[in-house]
Amino acid sequence: MVIFDNLPLYFEAFLQTLSLLLLTTLFALPLGTVIAAMRISPIGSLRATATVYTEILRNTPLVLVFIFCFVVLPILGVVLPFMFSAVLALTLYTAPFFAEAIRSGINGVPVGQAEAARSVGMTFGQTVTLVVLPQAIRSVIPPIINVMIALTKNTSIAGGFFIFELFNSGRRLVNDNGDQVIAVLVGVAIFYLLITIPLGQLADYLERRVVIKR
Amino acid sequence: MNAPGTPLVVLDHVNKHYGDLHVLNDITLTIGRGEVVVVIGPSGSGKSTLCRAINRLETIDDGTISIDGEALPSEGAALAKLRAKVGMVFQSFNLFAHKTILQNVTIGPIRVSKKSKSEADAAARKLLERVGVANQADKMPSQLSGGQQQRVAIARALAMQPTVMLFDEPTSALDPEMINEVLDVMVGLAKDGMTMIVVTHEMGFARKAADRVIFMAEGRILEDTTPAEFFDHPTSDRAKDFLSKILTH
Repeated sequence: MVIFDNLPLYFEAFLQTLSLLLLTTLFALPLGTVIAAMRISPIGSLRATATVYTEILRNTPLVLVFIFCFVVLPILGVVLPFMFSAVLALTLYTAPFFAEAIRSGINGVPVGQAEAARSVGMTFGQTVTLVVLPQAIRSVIPPIINVMIALTKNTSIAGGFFIFELFNSGRRLVNDNGDQVIAVLVGVAIFYLLITIPLGQLADYLERRVVIKR
Repeated sequence: MNAPGTPLVVLDHVNKHYGDLHVLNDITLTIGRGEVVVVIGPSGSGKSTLCRAINRLETIDDGTISIDGEALPSEGAALAKLRAKVGMVFQSFNLFAHKTILQNVTIGPIRVSKKSKSEADAAARKLLERVGVANQADKMPSQLSGGQQQRVAIARALAMQPTVMLFDEPTSALDPEMINEVLDVMVGLAKDGMTMIVVTHEMGFARKAADRVIFMAEGRILEDTTPAEFFDHPTSDRAKDFLSKILTH
């Protein structure tokens, strides 16, 4: 059976997919937080910059972002390792989605919560850390996980750009095992599901556990 | 300086605009220690803005506001310190949704007044007892009725041992059958000598508990008198018109 014969190969590709997911999240989550902060900031130029960035990246096919990083940047003289370029493309593309999840979480905390905190005599720092953020973070975790699930699937685009991740391993195994295409692809799917299903369940669990009732 | 009747909240020629709208128009007002002042008026008259300006949830364009002889500081630690002495009760309760009822009442004393947890807990339970929700202490705000939540909000404000309490339409978001349980707590506070500024449409409360009624329209104070005088002999046409509209039903 092709899946078991090629487990080491699948596993190598699985680890590559996993590192794309984790590295991208590592960079895109802070970037998204900064973009979210810019979008709710009182300074107009920051808001405008963040809005334009968000709208352009969110509404562009991921493949175009990859082509930009793998083709356009080298033409412009910026030559990066493939893995670096892949994480860059995924980060640029995913950060706005994280930003929107975070922004909706902060906006979801009613203004009255901060007003009540200030009325009790809390400083601005206490208001943010004791009242606003604890409520925002709770409602932000499930949508952030959903962005990570989408990101997991989006890492497959990197397979078309020289990165040996799950999708690419499937392509190679299909070439070598033309008679067992279905089994190969089922194997690929199973490894994706190994990441996405636990993430989805984590989101459901957290949604039930920590989302606050009003 | 703590004798009843000495000035506690003083507004001097206060103005505020929202664009073209002059929401507070040259407001000058002195509220004495222990006084219960009801502010009424049609919607858009500036009465909520007045209430919120006193603890600087709304900034003012010019004029001065002072509390207990101290001018309202601009943002920063000094403002936070002063706000701790001004209790605020909102129309929409605004209990901290991620904290239990008890934690809602203790968070101020613990984090702002730096009281010990045990001391704050004991004081909070007494306050919850006083407003009649002691048995709800470990629930979350969303599990309580509106009337219960508003009483907890009053307890939360009282926990800071304020020198003055502001009420911004405290019963306007409540179902009719829950209004009285909140008003009863407020009447009790008034009887205990708390200085209170209450924006409300509850005429019964004004008659029963208020020392003064202030009638506002279009950002100005049009009447400033006793409840009996205001309800029975309003002087301005605007007040007569307002009263005829709300009292005919």
